[in-house]
Amino acid sequence: MKAPERYYDFQKDISGCGVFGVIDTKKKLIKGEMPISAMACMHDRGNGLGGGFAAYGIYPDLADKYAFHLMCDNQGALESAEQVLKYYFTVHESHPIPTRKVLAIKNAPLVWRYFLTPKKERPQEVREMGEQDYVVNAVMHINHKVAGAFVFSSGKNMGAFKGVGFPEDIADFFRLEEYSAYIWTGHNRFPTNTPGWWGGAHPFTLLDWSIVHNGEISSYGINRRYLCEHDYLCTLMTDTEVVAYELDLLIRKHGLSKEMACKVFAPPFWDEIARMPKQEKDVYTALRMVYGSALLNGPFAILVADNTGLFGLNDRIKLRPLVVAEKDNMVFMSSEESSIRVVQPELDRVWMPKAGEPVIVHLEA
Amino acid sequence: MSKKVTIDAKGVYYRQLNEQIREAIAAGATEFVLKNVNSQRYIAGAVDGHVKFDLDGVPGQDLGSFMRGPYVRVRANAQDGVGNTMDDGLIVIEGLAGDVVGYAMRGGRIFIKGDVGYRVGIHMKAYMEKLPTIVIGGKAGDFLGEYMAGGILLLLGMFSDKPSEPIAGRSLGTGMHGGVIYVRGTVPQEQIGPGLTAQPVDEADLAVIQGIVKDYAKELKLDAKAIMAESFVKIRPFSHRPYGNLYVPA
Repeated sequence: MKAPERYYDFQKDISGCGVFGVIDTKKKLIKGEMPISAMACMHDRGNGLGGGFAAYGIYPDLADKYAFHLMCDNQGALESAEQVLKYYFTVHESHPIPTRKVLAIKNAPLVWRYFLTPKKERPQEVREMGEQDYVVNAVMHINHKVAGAFVFSSGKNMGAFKGVGFPEDIADFFRLEEYSAYIWTGHNRFPTNTPGWWGGAHPFTLLDWSIVHNGEISSYGINRRYLCEHDYLCTLMTDTEVVAYELDLLIRKHGLSKEMACKVFAPPFWDEIARMPKQEKDVYTALRMVYGSALLNGPFAILVADNTGLFGLNDRIKLRPLVVAEKDNMVFMSSEESSIRVVQPELDRVWMPKAGEPVIVHLEA
Repeated sequence: MSKKVTIDAKGVYYRQLNEQIREAIAAGATEFVLKNVNSQRYIAGAVDGHVKFDLDGVPGQDLGSFMRGPYVRVRANAQDGVGNTMDDGLIVIEGLAGDVVGYAMRGGRIFIKGDVGYRVGIHMKAYMEKLPTIVIGGKAGDFLGEYMAGGILLLLGMFSDKPSEPIAGRSLGTGMHGGVIYVRGTVPQEQIGPGLTAQPVDEADLAVIQGIVKDYAKELKLDAKAIMAESFVKIRPFSHRPYGNLYVPA
């Protein structure tokens, strides 16, 4: 799992990649087989250097606890990380994430799972923080300062599972067929410019946010500097990481709606803004001025999930494919229609969303 | 004499499927019925000659790429890269199609019933008797016919599930320097690439459109008269081979 040194010595990540997502808006649980089969159908979009899944609704009995998934180089790194966790949190449960030996998965790190609540008596220097900022701070602390240890999932009643391998092999390793969830996302990675290592696989997560991404965030440098000013530290050496943190910054901290955040990521062109009615023109002009550093440049098709729903978004000139389909209460989003048909042959509607226009699906309350 | 081969493609990896098809063609097959196709790439790719393909299911990327002659019918939607650099033949898609349909197409025809994605017909080219033609029954995404150097794009906008969107996306025909884009009805000027305008069609254009629509309607069981009942506009390049003298002055 060694993260290469000289992490700053790279520019960007151009990838083929495949993404898949499914949500049941009535929270009916979907078995792991579905996203696994869908991702396996898009096997050739990746090259075996990264696969992963995010699942929502998988820890219903511990839904009020923060579920931390950690990957560590060795026992020493795990112990150091655990000390940090105990400094900030009360540990209610901790155990290895269940895995099985899989021939195709080599050099797996130690993967451990903790169910946590913030300590009643918080450390002095972070006493005033809001609860979620407190959790984010702890994640950044471990990822930044504990050598060989990374938190790759930190939300409630959700979890990310990822590593180096094809997605179907990673699913086998993490025994994902044993889980059921009302939102699933999956990713098949084809890294080119950044290392294919365990932490660099998708999804990228923070709190309940998870993102899988096909494409390349060319604006990574400016996004990363912008996030740094807001205490988000990028440590995972893959461009997509910035999107996870921007979601948290824009939506949770700044209170933007998902629609507005998408318009920050993929804003309308200036000539389109010029043709808008005055009020809209003012809003979009303000968004571009205030959040210019959060704009995502370069090709992307992203699927973003949290505990309220799933959305898909393309870059504004659609340099990566994205198909959306509906069947009863389920909505599917994928790089290829065939990956949806393989798990749901009959569909009510299939369409390709417009570039820069998010497709946002909310769970019913 | 025709020789028909039926293959159940369910769960068959694309390499095995295409190997099976090539072997059958070498053994004299002229017609394929492919059942339960789903996700297999490169079907009919680089096939040379009058071979028929009837596909039930959603084929994978690059359907009919580099093909020279086959007749391909897809009784479902298609994904990205349909007819990539195809040279001759006909592809009929009964549903919608994804991005970059007919990329760098150099001959033959592609008929699509529904909507298409982005960058359809980019880099199309024509030479002597080769005149590639794409007909889109629905609406198109951005960059339709970008850098087009030859051939015909006919955009109908009729069989779309996107009622509120313009018939063509942004940057229609940007950088084109050959060929023609016909649009049924009108297209907003702001959707058209820099320096280009939509102009009225003349009698010669209408005769061309009529000929294409006749075949298109027949293949997709549509009413040609209803398609022709609206006016058309055309978008043509404002320059011809603008860089022709760049390296080797004429």
